[in-house]
Amino acid sequence: MSDNGVKDFVFRVRRFDPVKDDSPHYQDFKVPVKPGWTILEGLWYIKENMDSSLSWRSSCRMGVCGSCGMLVNGSPTLACNTQIRDVATGVLMLAPLPNFDIIRDLVPDLAPMFDKHTHLMPHIKRDDQEEMLEPTDQYWQSPEELDQFLQFSYCIKCGCCMAACPTFATDATFSGPQPLSQAYRYLIDSRDDAFKERKTLLGSGGVGPWRCHYAGECSTVCPKGVDPARAIQLMKRELVLDYLRLSKASKRKPAGLLPAEKRLGRRDDIPEAPPFTVEDAS
Amino acid sequence: MPEVKRYPNRLGIKGWLVGGKWGPERYLYFLHRVTGLGLLLYLLMHIVVVSSRAFGQEQWEWAMGRVSGPVFLVGEFLVFVAFVFHALNGVRLVLVELGILTGKAEDPVFPYRSSVNVQRPFMIVMMILAAILIVLGGYDFFVLVAH
Repeated sequence: MSDNGVKDFVFRVRRFDPVKDDSPHYQDFKVPVKPGWTILEGLWYIKENMDSSLSWRSSCRMGVCGSCGMLVNGSPTLACNTQIRDVATGVLMLAPLPNFDIIRDLVPDLAPMFDKHTHLMPHIKRDDQEEMLEPTDQYWQSPEELDQFLQFSYCIKCGCCMAACPTFATDATFSGPQPLSQAYRYLIDSRDDAFKERKTLLGSGGVGPWRCHYAGECSTVCPKGVDPARAIQLMKRELVLDYLRLSKASKRKPAGLLPAEKRLGRRDDIPEAPPFTVEDAS
Repeated sequence: MPEVKRYPNRLGIKGWLVGGKWGPERYLYFLHRVTGLGLLLYLLMHIVVVSSRAFGQEQWEWAMGRVSGPVFLVGEFLVFVAFVFHALNGVRLVLVELGILTGKAEDPVFPYRSSVNVQRPFMIVMMILAAILIVLGGYDFFVLVAH
């Protein structure tokens, strides 16, 4: 290690060029790592100084967009919020997220996950379409009702949980932890009014939670603490309670508008939105 | 849009054991499946052997003679090991899958504490219990019965 704290690390990267390669192979890069460098910074160093063809997906650099999920030393995580010295002493193994087809180098094809996510209706569904499209006020929801799903709403769809799931590793028809946790997030939302429809959807074609046998790895690797395994088990619990006719979620009426006596009106210290800068935006 | 060549990267069954650096619950998932399949196989073999009694005393004694000896003693002990593990881990899984051992949703504050951490003490207790029963069973199989 030199005086300024720079230390050489070997980045062992799994490469795959769809034009030239039949199968992936590993390539080593010796990277002088400064203290505090993230894996993403190491990858940028390689791209700018050693091999401009190295490909990966990234955007926000701060663990919010969910683009840079990859297998780091055998564990799925985000490259942007993982410091190199926290996970390696000399050699850093990098590979694309498993259970997804490789498009190129460290770029997985996440489209199947998004398809499954969309299939399980990740949105509030209720009858009053007029109020949904042109809201006149907010729906009344207690802090306790919010707490039932808030944790699961932090999902950034990075795919790390899907890469860690052993059931999804063998069964492509299984929805997987990301779509199922988001399905529960809306199933339990007190503003939603589609419990029966969601139940039918989750019970058809083996897409539902019953193929999950709690390996728990999805929750361990989740970089945002979303805990998909918890969401899936709580979903099973709700479905069992519904079968026994004991579920409160299946019987409840969807949250209505805030009662008039509880409306606080608009706060005076919040400024009005600025005028549109584009003429036809209104 | 032109078709882009992709390389299939699904881990498959080998991914239950390799392909990553995983926590203990993921390996228990693998063991639960293997022991479950092992017990199912034993059940089928057991039915075949026991059904020989329907064909008379001679057939029964012949069948029992085929499944005795030190190799089958070890085999029966492995069935016992599989049964103990599968039963105790199964109790844990039932409690987890009914949301009893997972805990309620909570604020994800770093360092994150997931449902895996909530159920882990129970998992450790179950595995210690399984180990004790397996040791006692081994003593019974190989020491008490042998003498």
